[in-house]
Amino acid sequence: MHELSIASAIVDTARRHAGGRPVSVVSVRLGGLRQVVPEPLRFYFDVVARDTECDAARLRLTEIAARLRCEGCGEEWEPSWPSFRCPSCASADVRVLAGEELEVEYIEVREEEGACIASR
Amino acid sequence: MHRIKVRVVEEALDANNTIARANRDDFDRQDVAVVNLMSAPGAGKTTLLERVLAELDGVRAGVLEGDVQGSFDADRLAALHIPVVQLNTGHGFGGECHLDANMVRSALPSLPLADLDLLVIENVGNLVCPAEFAVGEDVRVMVCSVTEGEDKPLKYPLMFRRCELVLVNKIDLLPHLDFDLDRFLYFLDQVHPGVERMLVSARTGEGVAAWRDWLASVPGRERAVA
Repeated sequence: MHELSIASAIVDTARRHAGGRPVSVVSVRLGGLRQVVPEPLRFYFDVVARDTECDAARLRLTEIAARLRCEGCGEEWEPSWPSFRCPSCASADVRVLAGEELEVEYIEVREEEGACIASR
Repeated sequence: MHRIKVRVVEEALDANNTIARANRDDFDRQDVAVVNLMSAPGAGKTTLLERVLAELDGVRAGVLEGDVQGSFDADRLAALHIPVVQLNTGHGFGGECHLDANMVRSALPSLPLADLDLLVIENVGNLVCPAEFAVGEDVRVMVCSVTEGEDKPLKYPLMFRRCELVLVNKIDLLPHLDFDLDRFLYFLDQVHPGVERMLVSARTGEGVAAWRDWLASVPGRERAVA
């Protein structure tokens, strides 16, 4: 249910970068270690975007698989279950390489022909 | 009309994190250590606070109580004669399921920070959403009760990974349940290797002294880090 808050945060971020121009795409990188569910996120995104620059914009989600690295033995793996111990040496000194993203990567905005290109 | 791509590369919750940092700066200025206490509904957060907050070895504690609606928990804690402020999240689509940094910020003027060493923020009961939202805390504590089942660390790994202490509550019920404690602790260790944990029963008082000592030592530890 926090997808509502996260959708609001995504729309706010997109609007800050849109400079008043209508937004057609909002691209978000979503890591597998975040507990954010794509379907409700899309639903709330459409609701929150209504009557803003993001109205009817498409939410493009790129799901990023979790990737971990053992600082002890150098093993790198994609966990198939939420285990943060190294499968090869059992060390707890494990770093998250990928999977914690919840990042607005880019937006696409529509601009009138001949508009000032300085804003690019 | 043509389309242009605008590079953003910004964490979606940056705005929340910025407000959380502002909260934390305010807490630091007043020398108040802050605990974000989280759990599923009914795990025993309020009872575990009732058990210890009145006798924290001279540590002056207050509570910011987060609930979707009502002040049942705040009323219980106010009986301990400590400052308690209720924060209701019941707006929007049937009420927010977590506290965020801005809600906590809105409650700061109601809190007597100058008279506190420790503020416990009792989050809305929920194992998913509160884990995503920093509110300005120094440490996160979660309560997991044995009636919830031993698979919870695997089902809600984010919260189990983001806390510094796990209180395993209601252990007085273990003889009556199928809950496999060893299996739970194994799952917990996989999800958050080495995380500190305490086995407690708010009802019988077992393990509660260790929890009280841990909580009473938070302000001193945070001062040492600062």
